Amino acid sequence: MNITFVLNGKTVHAETAPDENLLSVLRRCGVMSVKCSCDTANCGCCTVWVNGKPTLSCAYPAPRADGQEITTLEALTEEAESFAAYMADEGADQCGFCNPGFVMNVLAMKRELTDFTEENVRTYLAGNLCRCTGFASQHRAVAAWLKNTGREAAEV
Amino acid sequence: MKQISRPVRKKDAFALLTGKPVYTADIFQQDALTVRLLRSPHAFADITGIDTSAALKVPGVACVLTWRDVPDIRFTIAGQAVPEWSPYDRKLLDSTVRYVGDPVAIVAAETPAAADKALKLIRVTYRVKEPLLDARAALDNPILVHPESDWRTVADFGADAKRNLCAHEIDRVGDAEAKLKECAYVAEGTYHTGQVSQCFMEPYTTGAYTDSFGRMTVVSSTQIPFHVRRIVSTALQIPLRNVRVIKPRVGGGFGAKQTAVSEIYAAAAAKATGRPCMLQYTRQEIFEAGSPRHEMEITVRVGADSEGHILAIDHRVLSNTGAYGEHGPTTIQLSGRQPTSIYRYAKDIYFEGTVVYTNTVPAGAYRGFGVTQGAFAVESTVNELARQIGIDPIEIRRINLLREGDVMGIYDNGEVTESCRFIDCLNRADELFGWKENAKRRVMPDGMIRAGGIAAAMQGSGIAFVDTATATVRLVEDGSYILEIGAADMGTGCDTILAQIAAEALGCSVDRVHTAAVDTDHSPYDTGSYASSTTYVTGNAVVKACAALKAKILTAAGALLGPDAGEMTLDGSGVSAGGRTVSLREISLHTQSGQSVMLQATESHSGKVSPPPFIVSMAEIELDPGTGRVRVTRLVNVIDCGTVINTALARVQAEGAAMQALGMALTERAAVGENGRLHEHSLLTYGMPTRLDIPEITVDFCPSYEETGPFGAKSIGEVAINATAPAITEAVYNASGIRVHSLPVNPENLI
Repeated sequence: MNITFVLNGKTVHAETAPDENLLSVLRRCGVMSVKCSCDTANCGCCTVWVNGKPTLSCAYPAPRADGQEITTLEALTEEAESFAAYMADEGADQCGFCNPGFVMNVLAMKRELTDFTEENVRTYLAGNLCRCTGFASQHRAVAAWLKNTGREAAEV
Repeated sequence: MKQISRPVRKKDAFALLTGKPVYTADIFQQDALTVRLLRSPHAFADITGIDTSAALKVPGVACVLTWRDVPDIRFTIAGQAVPEWSPYDRKLLDSTVRYVGDPVAIVAAETPAAADKALKLIRVTYRVKEPLLDARAALDNPILVHPESDWRTVADFGADAKRNLCAHEIDRVGDAEAKLKECAYVAEGTYHTGQVSQCFMEPYTTGAYTDSFGRMTVVSSTQIPFHVRRIVSTALQIPLRNVRVIKPRVGGGFGAKQTAVSEIYAAAAAKATGRPCMLQYTRQEIFEAGSPRHEMEITVRVGADSEGHILAIDHRVLSNTGAYGEHGPTTIQLSGRQPTSIYRYAKDIYFEGTVVYTNTVPAGAYRGFGVTQGAFAVESTVNELARQIGIDPIEIRRINLLREGDVMGIYDNGEVTESCRFIDCLNRADELFGWKENAKRRVMPDGMIRAGGIAAAMQGSGIAFVDTATATVRLVEDGSYILEIGAADMGTGCDTILAQIAAEALGCSVDRVHTAAVDTDHSPYDTGSYASSTTYVTGNAVVKACAALKAKILTAAGALLGPDAGEMTLDGSGVSAGGRTVSLREISLHTQSGQSVMLQATESHSGKVSPPPFIVSMAEIELDPGTGRVRVTRLVNVIDCGTVINTALARVQAEGAAMQALGMALTERAAVGENGRLHEHSLLTYGMPTRLDIPEITVDFCPSYEETGPFGAKSIGEVAINATAPAITEAVYNASGIRVHSLPVNPENLI
């Protein structure tokens, strides 16, 4: 079957099958920031935005993408770099394999949340696994980035 | 020291963080054939027939290989220097399968769908045999995992396949049995740790193709490029000179990629089809046929005099290597040597290690490499001993932990520690944790019970007299340097750390040193990134190479500055003498025209010692007395890794290791069922910690200065995982009065 969707601002036609997930279609389209790590929708490495909402592309049937707007990290380089600097300063990038999915979710979080308490941040990002860092350095990077971009946690 | 002992961003940080295509599956030919493996559903069976005719008819299928189609030779896929210490017990494909997940056939097809369809159409008939699943029953069991006549080993580690014995080793000093009889107090316990998974994020991934010269090129996510070259050559019986291995960015390893788990299958498919082939494991395959930590059962006796001096340790370890012996003979050594050798008055130590085959997932290397398991047992027993004597567990360590100049028990034949701030680590942890107040059992207002626990451990820095690293560094004409290494950055940041070491040695800034990607055709030899060797062993090779290059640069500069220039100094801009400077660009260009000088140097290093780093870990837990649930609320880890080369990366290594230890202690489980299948084989059920599980974590360093290390450095990656699990279970004991003998903690037992 054929589907048509908007990928990073450009209209794309792709051949797919009812049992194919969006992740594999995107990688076939050359979008390599989208990673497969767990196969069971647990790790967050395949996170993309579907109509602006963070979505696990491994658990999203490709046919459903027809007519939707898909955004991946390739389209967000500038914004990603502003956050990446904080991650790099902490050494929180490590092996990097979980980075793209994590960054996609962090950028979505900044748009969606209004109150950036530690608990809200952790809960929002809970679906993004990382084995290298133990998460603490990621949280330091997120907190510093939010603070320096005027999105501190609201005082309780 | 300008370039070290400070945080430096990883050189690949922005590429990784903005999702650039840098991993094997991103950069390998996208039109490569998809490789899939048919795996055994039985824990032990002989294959009596395989019919591949239907599978071969599936449109798009390029090859279906069975045991008849591959070289009939046994070898090991463990990444180790020659002579290989693991037994030659594995074939590329065999007519006997020895665990659920053992490969039966290799399929390569144009699409994943065609490959999957072909897998389903391969008709295999098995003669199913009764499997041997319990390591405790393995020795001299009538069921033999490796009865075959061509099983062999080239190393003398007491292996005997006719007894299911992969290795049997004894290390001793003094007479532990006699000394234990003299001790006023003896604590004893038996401890068990399971087969936990490294949970690296990038699955095992290998691409392979035959290049224009007919050579097999393997692009792989590996920690051991040079060992992979040798193993692929052996497995496929193609000359070593015709194998090339390229290592792109690696998405985590933690030891799992110190074994050539996926490379041989992709290369076999590429050889058979003449086409580029790519194999990426599913997460289920990683659990069922990866290379997890060795399950161990450890019985320890620790004896002390009435003042609390630990005098004798008797330490007996049973290790389950699974169906094949990768890293079996070596992990067992570390399970005994390091954990028993951190106590300065223990002059009588007996360690006996027995490694057995079973019909379960073959184990391998995982950060800590046996020390983690051994330390859980020894530290738990030392904590028990402190209770018996009636002294605080922190005090027994204050009395007994190694000081600089001490002989280290049975560690590397009684090596002396020349750089040791163990007691400073203990005191600093005490201060950061607030031991006196926070170790105590406290009932919180909400009914939860809090308490603290402590443990200590050490590791090594490379394998003395074995691990070998080479570094090549050369000046390029824009005044920067290219550093070539064969060590494999798997996300730890060694490409950056080694560049810092080079920059320090050459007096330039880190951004002037470019670390080249690893390619066995171009990179100098290195045993690989494992055994906590990269900073220490490869770092030393970098220091030596830079010193040699510096001498060459000064000679070349001398020709430009003239004979009367005086004493020359090298820095990032050039060579100065007597108020004059020639730039690195001038020096470089000078040697590129009409000269017979290459401003390049290559040096090798192999350590004669393996100086251990040390860790003291403290944990505070909260026990829910109603449900038995344990939550870690605080962790304090203080480490002596020698000079800290990159303060940010070292901290993150320590934090990451602590969370892996926390997972091992509380939640991570991949248990073998009655039929040999794993109960847990996905990240859905396995219990890897998430960011909701993390405690408040404090990492600090008490850097000693190791004279034999690069600028005083030892190692950090592995030691950091070793003490946290026993610290957590000691806190559980403190809270509940129940000593946890088997990991992970089972909440049901705490109610």
